[in-house]
Amino acid sequence: MSDFWSMGGYARYVWPCFGFAAIVVAWNIWAARRSLRAAKQRASRTVAMAASESP
Amino acid sequence: MWTWFYKLASPPYVYDVAARLIPWLFGVAALTIGYGLIDGLGIAPPDYQQGEAFRMIYVHVPAAILSVTIYTLMAVASAVALIWRIKVGHAVAAASAPIGASFTLMTLVTGSLWGKPMWGTYWAWDPRLTSELILLFLYAGVMSLRAAFEDPARGDRAAALLSVVGVVNVPIVHFSVVWWNSLHQGSTIVTLEGPKMPGSMLWPLLSMWLGFMLFYGAVLCIRVQGEVLNRERQSAWVREAVRS
Amino acid sequence: MSVGAWEAFLLVLQRELRLSFRRPDQLLQPLVFFLIVTTLFPLGLSVQLSLLRDMAPAVLWVAALLSSLLSLDSLFKNDADDGTLEQLALSGQGLTVVVVAKTLAHWLVSGLALVLVSPIVGTALGIPTAAFATMLLSLGLGTLTLSWLGAIGAGLTIGVRRGNVLLSLIVLPLAMPLLIFGAGATDRAIAGSSAAGAVYFLAALCVLTCTLAPFAAAAALRITLE
Repeated sequence: MSDFWSMGGYARYVWPCFGFAAIVVAWNIWAARRSLRAAKQRASRTVAMAASESP
Repeated sequence: MWTWFYKLASPPYVYDVAARLIPWLFGVAALTIGYGLIDGLGIAPPDYQQGEAFRMIYVHVPAAILSVTIYTLMAVASAVALIWRIKVGHAVAAASAPIGASFTLMTLVTGSLWGKPMWGTYWAWDPRLTSELILLFLYAGVMSLRAAFEDPARGDRAAALLSVVGVVNVPIVHFSVVWWNSLHQGSTIVTLEGPKMPGSMLWPLLSMWLGFMLFYGAVLCIRVQGEVLNRERQSAWVREAVRS
Repeated sequence: MSVGAWEAFLLVLQRELRLSFRRPDQLLQPLVFFLIVTTLFPLGLSVQLSLLRDMAPAVLWVAALLSSLLSLDSLFKNDADDGTLEQLALSGQGLTVVVVAKTLAHWLVSGLALVLVSPIVGTALGIPTAAFATMLLSLGLGTLTLSWLGAIGAGLTIGVRRGNVLLSLIVLPLAMPLLIFGAGATDRAIAGSSAAGAVYFLAALCVLTCTLAPFAAAAALRITLE
């Protein structure tokens, strides 16, 4: 098992490498959901304003 | 089949389809990436030259392929939007840019970490690395240009033109290892004699590639929903969509 | 009186050149910048001429790139500001002819000027006269390509806040291959080996941009003007 973690001595390259990839994956999910949430909020505000303006 | 293409130009249809695809794309992506990681990190035999370090291929190569593929898709969507004036194309292009830029960054960083043990350096100004860095700047240029305009429609069109102009860099990135003497390794998968990699190493790689593509699709769907909403805020269908 | 495309091209070209010479300070600014940057390097490094020679092609090219970016800002901006550009667009001659004339005029007063001055700068940086032919040719092809890439960028960024920063961000990635091959050609010429490969590549880039860029730049203007 410790062989796995040490990656033949290359651990200090291999694990940060996969770690960075995981960070990018996580960021993508987080940023996409955040932008969708913001878009939905902006859209409901526009809809609400249009509704309040109509006679 | 052509009716399906016509439907794709309709923003509410795209919004709907995107919403429904998201869980499926994430699900299959998780499975393929999961398998790829387990096989690639644990089961595949170590390389006789590079030892365990070669395992970095399982994130570096899929990221690299994605960085270039996403740019191409962004350019195609932009071209469609410019030529046939289909606004959904702009939404897809705008959604793809940050995803593609993040994969380009992943390629550069994972490649740098792989380069240190293999070539002794974190960076080299060699054709493939340089053209990949240029790709990152192109993404940044497209995103900045789109954001610089007060009129979003004009910003979309300007960014679309820039993406199409910049697509010239994509073949350069791909063929750089063929045309020039490069520090970077040449093609091992797509060659005339078939893949030069043994199956035990190749399968997890293909799985990671597929997984990343599906992941891009899932994240794209989330972003496209937002982009479409931003562009269609005044429309009637949006009222129904936000109610949910 | 109807004007053919060629006459329109000549008219716009003449106008551009006349306007440029009417404002000598704007004309000279990129040139002066080029001279300053290239002289600052030897001053800052204070190394022997032979070592400076190694860096010379790169210094020359980076300076050329930066000074071109300086002058690109005014390619369309002045005319866009006072409405002349829209008039030209509506003139019925097609924006492409106008764009070709303006960009060529720009290259004649900036890029070509740099090329003509380069032997002086080259000598100051330690480039041997035997390499001058390659240097002039590569700079000539390179600055022309740069004018075209800049025309596309300038067309896209008219009227945008902080447009020059954005212009640089857009043009520089596209210009990197130019820098690599341009400096590489002069490098090889200094070392005495054949620079033919690099020069051919520069020529190919130049032809590619000269044929396609006018349409891209005209499309960019149509987007920003409408």
